[in-house]
Amino acid sequence: MTANTLVPRRKRAATVEVARPRTLISPAQLGRSRGRAVYWIVFALVVLLFTLVFLGPLYWMVTGGLKTTQEVVQSPPTAFPTSMHPENYEQAWKVMDLAKLLFNTLYYAFGALAFQLIFDVAAAYSLSKLRPIFGKAILGLMLMTLMIPATVLVVPQYLTVLDVPIIERNLLNSPWAIWLPSVTNAFNIFLLKRFFDSIPRELLDAAAIDGASAMRTLRSVVLPISRPILGVVSIFAVVGVWKDFLWPMLTLPDPGKQTLNVGIYSLASGVPENVLIAALTIASVPTLLIFLLFQRNIMSGLTAGGLKG
Amino acid sequence: MSAPTLSKSKATPPSHGRPGSDRTNFAREEFVRSVRRNLSAHGFLIGAVLCFSFFSWYPMVREFILAFQKNENGKTTWAGWSNLTYIFNDPAFWQAWRNTLLFTGLALLLGFVVPFVVAVVLNEFRHGQGYLRLLVYLPVMLPPVASVLLFKYFYDPGYGLFNRILETFGLPAQQWLQDTDTAMLSVVIAATWMSMGGATLIYLAALQGIPGELYEAAELDGAGILRKIWHVTIPQTRLILSLMLLMQIIATMQVFTEPFLLTNGAGPEGSTTTVVYLIYQYAFNFNNYGSAAALGLVLLVLLAGFSAVYVRLSRGSED
Repeated sequence: MTANTLVPRRKRAATVEVARPRTLISPAQLGRSRGRAVYWIVFALVVLLFTLVFLGPLYWMVTGGLKTTQEVVQSPPTAFPTSMHPENYEQAWKVMDLAKLLFNTLYYAFGALAFQLIFDVAAAYSLSKLRPIFGKAILGLMLMTLMIPATVLVVPQYLTVLDVPIIERNLLNSPWAIWLPSVTNAFNIFLLKRFFDSIPRELLDAAAIDGASAMRTLRSVVLPISRPILGVVSIFAVVGVWKDFLWPMLTLPDPGKQTLNVGIYSLASGVPENVLIAALTIASVPTLLIFLLFQRNIMSGLTAGGLKG
Repeated sequence: MSAPTLSKSKATPPSHGRPGSDRTNFAREEFVRSVRRNLSAHGFLIGAVLCFSFFSWYPMVREFILAFQKNENGKTTWAGWSNLTYIFNDPAFWQAWRNTLLFTGLALLLGFVVPFVVAVVLNEFRHGQGYLRLLVYLPVMLPPVASVLLFKYFYDPGYGLFNRILETFGLPAQQWLQDTDTAMLSVVIAATWMSMGGATLIYLAALQGIPGELYEAAELDGAGILRKIWHVTIPQTRLILSLMLLMQIIATMQVFTEPFLLTNGAGPEGSTTTVVYLIYQYAFNFNNYGSAAALGLVLLVLLAGFSAVYVRLSRGSED
């Protein structure tokens, strides 16, 4: 193809002219006044539409929590609360015991994070750099779990948690029921392993020559380099627990031990609408904060998880 | 106690001090080193391997066993194929599959096409991309209970926002979740809103990898926007598109949370009962683990076919 022969020259020219790579619509077309007008009109429409579609419900949620019960279910709905009732939030916090639910969720999420960081990082490091015998087979077995639909395993997993073989423990209502299964995250291990694979061998050899043990190498060489991928995996781990519904519903039947999702769901029918909406707002704040703080890492993680890496 | 020390002294023979003098010695030393290296390597693996054994591999084996067992009054007996014949004779089975396929079809129509179109449009913008990307991904970060209950309010036939919107356009009000005809579509719309952000961002990343020269070449050949999309954009992102298609089929066929939360699982006349909800019902409402496992096995076999294609394609993408 002619395009191939043109690649190197064009590429250089492009970086000089515009920082952006060429896309579907040619710069010449955009340069024309008609093109520019169409661009701005489409852009304005998309921004407006997206704000309405994706931010609108959140706005409705936050303001809905401030309305009276009558106003929430009033038709037509009001765009802005006619009178402010911040006490709904207070009531939601108290009535639904959100402090407890929030604490539980945090406890499960960060526990799961700790277990995943310790076990999955160690496993990925071993599989990538220490290359044990049967390592390939173990990795294969781990990746195989990605091929099994997760929901198919819910029933036997639940039965396992009821009576863990060998140690013969019932993990129902215990945080271990969340923490330990969260380690079986083949996707995270795969992400970590791929990152570790990219660390140059020489770096590790140098550490070995200096007499560093495998543990020391992991701590002083591998982990500091791997900060970006550790961030990505951490966010996925925390958000995963935060968003999970079916598993915590099954394994944590005790209301005092439930997560936000399950707790709010089971209490939903017993509280007035405005209080419930306030509770939803409170439940959403932590993950939204995580997202706003770490959106760069999340975006890069998504594309790293994508196929071409 | 003495046995290990004995064998250890055997492994490091006296001629140790002269390296390379004896070939077998050298091999033995190498062997010891590799054993030690392997021990530490497996030490690093042990935590994850144990977790996988208990919570992943063992349940996988158990799924197969359960499917052929019956559990009555705390007694487990061999059931042969009876669980499978039972679920095949259950009218709920066929309804659940119909519903699930409907969900998958609708979810692909919306959840596959919409994110791609959105990504193509966003990729053209030279401004505000960060803001728009953030918006699309925002719902993905919401706890499902929040987004689902929000949609429940919006779908309310009485005061819900959606009927209000239809009204302003002069369209007739709908019953949404309460009508057998619209219940599943309503679930799909909510599910798409909740999860389209991930797919959109992956498509965006793929689109940004398309060399601009291809578009230039297409323009020289006189191609318009639609033909450029058809002849450049889609072929260039074909691999990711096909993988995402398969992943979405696999994911949507396992849908549970959205219908469970939106319509308590069943919906009007069971119109939103999905296969996984039926598994849930068998296991946790009827205590019939055998049938639940058998149904899971059917789902597994079906999705394994898709997975096989997935593996094939993702292998292809590595080169």
